[in-house]
Amino acid sequence: MTKKFQSIINKGAPVISLTVIGLLWLTVSEGGIIPSYMLPSPVEVVKAFVSEFPVLAEHSAVTLQEALYGLLLGTALGFVFAVLMDRFGFLYKALYPILVISQTIPTIAIAPVLVLWMGFSMAPKITLVVITTFFPITVSLLDGFKSVSAEEINLLRSMGAGEVKIFRHIKFPASLEQFFSGLKVSASYAVVGAVISEWLGGFEGLGVYMTRVKKAYAFDKMFAVIILISAVSLLLMGAVALLKWLSMPHKRKSNR
Amino acid sequence: MSLLKAEDITVSFEGTNVIENVSLTLNEGETVSLLGVSGGGKTTLFNVLSGLYAPDEGKVYLEGEDITGKAGKVSYMLQKDLLLTHKRVIDNAALPLVLRGAKKKEAREAVKSHLEDFGLGEAGDKYPHQLSGGMRQRVAFLRTYLASEKAALLDEPFSALDNITKSSIHRWFLSVMAEIKLSVLFVTHDIDEAILLSDRIYLLTGKPGRITDEIIINLPGDKSERNPMSREFIAYKEEIIKKIGIL
Repeated sequence: MTKKFQSIINKGAPVISLTVIGLLWLTVSEGGIIPSYMLPSPVEVVKAFVSEFPVLAEHSAVTLQEALYGLLLGTALGFVFAVLMDRFGFLYKALYPILVISQTIPTIAIAPVLVLWMGFSMAPKITLVVITTFFPITVSLLDGFKSVSAEEINLLRSMGAGEVKIFRHIKFPASLEQFFSGLKVSASYAVVGAVISEWLGGFEGLGVYMTRVKKAYAFDKMFAVIILISAVSLLLMGAVALLKWLSMPHKRKSNR
Repeated sequence: MSLLKAEDITVSFEGTNVIENVSLTLNEGETVSLLGVSGGGKTTLFNVLSGLYAPDEGKVYLEGEDITGKAGKVSYMLQKDLLLTHKRVIDNAALPLVLRGAKKKEAREAVKSHLEDFGLGEAGDKYPHQLSGGMRQRVAFLRTYLASEKAALLDEPFSALDNITKSSIHRWFLSVMAEIKLSVLFVTHDIDEAILLSDRIYLLTGKPGRITDEIIINLPGDKSERNPMSREFIAYKEEIIKKIGIL
């Protein structure tokens, strides 16, 4: 009995906390405690979302496209880096510090430079997304490759396997768990990266929309777009979870 | 004719010899144990025999062919089952065939034809984490057998199992070995296990490790009838303990 009750609490906890925050927001804004030009009520936000939907949909398509292209390229690049760094020790030593340093440069600082170099097209946005996404992929894959024990590698060698087969049959599968953790982080970075780069120059995308409504002090639209960006990030992370489920059948509950 | 033969193997590590002038033979169909204390160079010797490392001196022959430093000729099984967690039992066992270039489907068929004999009839579609330690070692042994149907090196394959599982897996091992034609060189530090399963026992003792004795086990009847409580069995045990020098 208590166990069942416990599980209901566990499952219901996030729903409860979200509802409480929503209700709090509603009382504070509708009750006039905070003026609506500073904090629009959830009702106004929903209204803005509905009326602006066609425009928002157009802008989200652009942002999503940038995020996806950047994520794909970033993943591919991260994969190549990880494989080469794992295979050649000197590359690992030479590149790892540079990779870490590259991550300490704030995105906000690189974005304008990229715009100056590449113009207002999609290219600087995708480049920024690539820069922010490939690091988690590289690091997570490297960790995954290193998680394979010398004994496992010896076993495959004793069966006559060379480097390529060792990679295919143990190193790569062993790194999937970590890879998907990295990809999840990267997917959330991708959307944020795309939005930030749109703030700093461009003609379309959710970031551009954001700067416009900000200048108009349209807080309701501002909140609507913030929630939309979160939703898009969650969608991408959900896609990653689905991909993980599909590619790791041994981790499914039915096989436990 | 001897199937696997090692001649005067010496391996040194950082200037000191780990094993010295080790020579041994494994004849067709035999199970031979290599008995010695832990850290006595047994695993080093196995790494040489399996071709993972080239020895500083000496040669390894399989059916007369020089295979010194060549991996992939003699199969190798370790104490840890090292089953791949992302592959089902059937694909784990099929791995050596796939690595040798067999098509996945053919490799699976080959495994299926052995599952029953190895006591894995129902387990083919399971993942390793769904099996007990004993069952996992069975899968590892099937994989080892498929890696080389001639000679296999087993490095303390059952030493991580509890005593009850161990004695049931010994019975299982003997019944499987009666069905297949596999020659096995078996490393163990368990004297009972060595006498129970072997035709001959080599004693590997000292530092650096050398083969100091060879004991031929001559007990009446089938191996499965060997009784660790019998007078003859205990006599062998006493002889070995004396020769290793722990009494």
